Amino acid sequence: MNEPSPSSAGISMQKPHLGQREPDGGKQALTEKVSVRDVSFYYGEHKALKNISLPIYERKVTALIGPSGCGKSTLLRIFNRMYDLYPKQRAEGDIQFDGSNVLDPKQDLNLLRARIGMVFQKPTPFPMSIYDNIAFGIRLYERLPKSEMDDRVESALKRAALWDEVKAKLGQSGLGLSGGQQQRLCIARTIAVRPEVVLLDEPTSALDPIATAKVEELIYQLKNDYTIVIVTHNMQQAARVADYTAFMYLGELVEFGETRQVFTKPTKSKTEDYITGRFG
Amino acid sequence: MANPIYTRRRVTNQVIMALAWAAAISGIIILALILSTLFVKGFAGLSLTLFTQSTPAAGENGGLLNAIVGSVIMTVLGTLIGTPIGILAGTYMAEFGRATKLTFAVRFINDILLSAPSILIGLFVYDVMVTRMHHASAWAGSVALAMLVVPVVVRTTENMLLLVPDSLREASSALGSPRWIVIMKVAYRAARAGMLTGVLLAVARITGETAPLLFTASGNQFMSTDMNAPMASLPVVIFNFANSAYADWRQLAWTAALLITLTVLTLNIGARTLSTPRSKES
Repeated sequence: MNEPSPSSAGISMQKPHLGQREPDGGKQALTEKVSVRDVSFYYGEHKALKNISLPIYERKVTALIGPSGCGKSTLLRIFNRMYDLYPKQRAEGDIQFDGSNVLDPKQDLNLLRARIGMVFQKPTPFPMSIYDNIAFGIRLYERLPKSEMDDRVESALKRAALWDEVKAKLGQSGLGLSGGQQQRLCIARTIAVRPEVVLLDEPTSALDPIATAKVEELIYQLKNDYTIVIVTHNMQQAARVADYTAFMYLGELVEFGETRQVFTKPTKSKTEDYITGRFG
Repeated sequence: MANPIYTRRRVTNQVIMALAWAAAISGIIILALILSTLFVKGFAGLSLTLFTQSTPAAGENGGLLNAIVGSVIMTVLGTLIGTPIGILAGTYMAEFGRATKLTFAVRFINDILLSAPSILIGLFVYDVMVTRMHHASAWAGSVALAMLVVPVVVRTTENMLLLVPDSLREASSALGSPRWIVIMKVAYRAARAGMLTGVLLAVARITGETAPLLFTASGNQFMSTDMNAPMASLPVVIFNFANSAYADWRQLAWTAALLITLTVLTLNIGARTLSTPRSKES
């Protein structure tokens, strides 16, 4: 990363883009927040992603869809270098984010991950209180007085539409919440760090329909401030929440475009076969 | 219900069930016999002088003060030396070197150490420390006990950390946590009940060990807190007094055995309580 001072100041300046909301998506000029260029990925010898290129537009929701094993989660885990936790996994290519290549070996992964947050398939609350679950990420990069921390925790929980349900029991364990509440807690924890990009890896696949609806509503709200990439195996979900959709198959990007176009007038027959349920 | 296959299966079930009951009951009966004898004979010797006087010379009155103090000192010190080593080794194995050759080697050797006869540990420390210092000492006793603590703590630490799902580590990393925070704040936190249980079980184990202390701390008839001198301990007192010709020495041995049993019992109950999952944990 080319930042002059990789200190906490660098992070705390990355405020959510409040006050710059678009009235509704679409009319303004698009900026590429992240540019994926010619990215390949290997699990050992196996090439799981083949020369993927696509843009991720700022403050839009981009959905990655495709059948199981097509590489959509793999692609998502490249954006924040999650694969780096495991040996024998490696990526090639170029992912431009804020003027530097995410895949650069010299990239500071902790800072990168603070700016590109991630929510996982299964809710993963930490074994600590609801309050500390949120404060955990903030404390990594900022030293705040108690009152300010309280405000940050409250606003994160409010943004995740969880505040009313937990405000009376902030000191209780996050593990005591329901599955849907836990997932919203994880979303709150992610946005509390004030990332610029939020990666969602099948965030509703472990949730019931009502909890799913709440999380989808939340995603819709969040795109005002964050750039969102969501992996989903649920095509209706992609159609509901995403502005852009990328269809992947066998490690290749088959089609990328505006969601409406991909679902109504796909240019590739493979995409049409998939979204009409002929395979997958 | 004249189906022969079903009838046979039912009979087999009843026979096996009866055998399982018999095995369980005989186990409990034996334990009850041991404990009741111990309690009856041990409680007979309970008195205040037990805690105020040291072990007596033949024919005199005395207590177990020197042995109690010695046992507490060496157990605490052994735990303090052994626990950090065990936790660090277990952390390496579960967090850093999961599939490395070093981890396999350490796990293999640790398993051997875990089931090694404790008298071997005693002889090893005797050779390494006592012969070089030319006398038995409480230090040597503590080190021998620490060597029994290490394998237990290594095993439980590694196992408990491996039970922490990787998704938690990923979630923590995804917020930008450096590795050490992932381990200290998330993995340890998720595994702490199990890890603490391991330490308590290790303490329970060394509380009753005699063999490692015989050659290392030896014994001391008098009250001593000098770490460079031989030190008394409850198990060694039992060893020395249980077969003696004097009735009051044998009585002291029974009471010492009762004290150790009660301590171990308390530690085990504590460990059990800790390891039962609680719904509300903050």
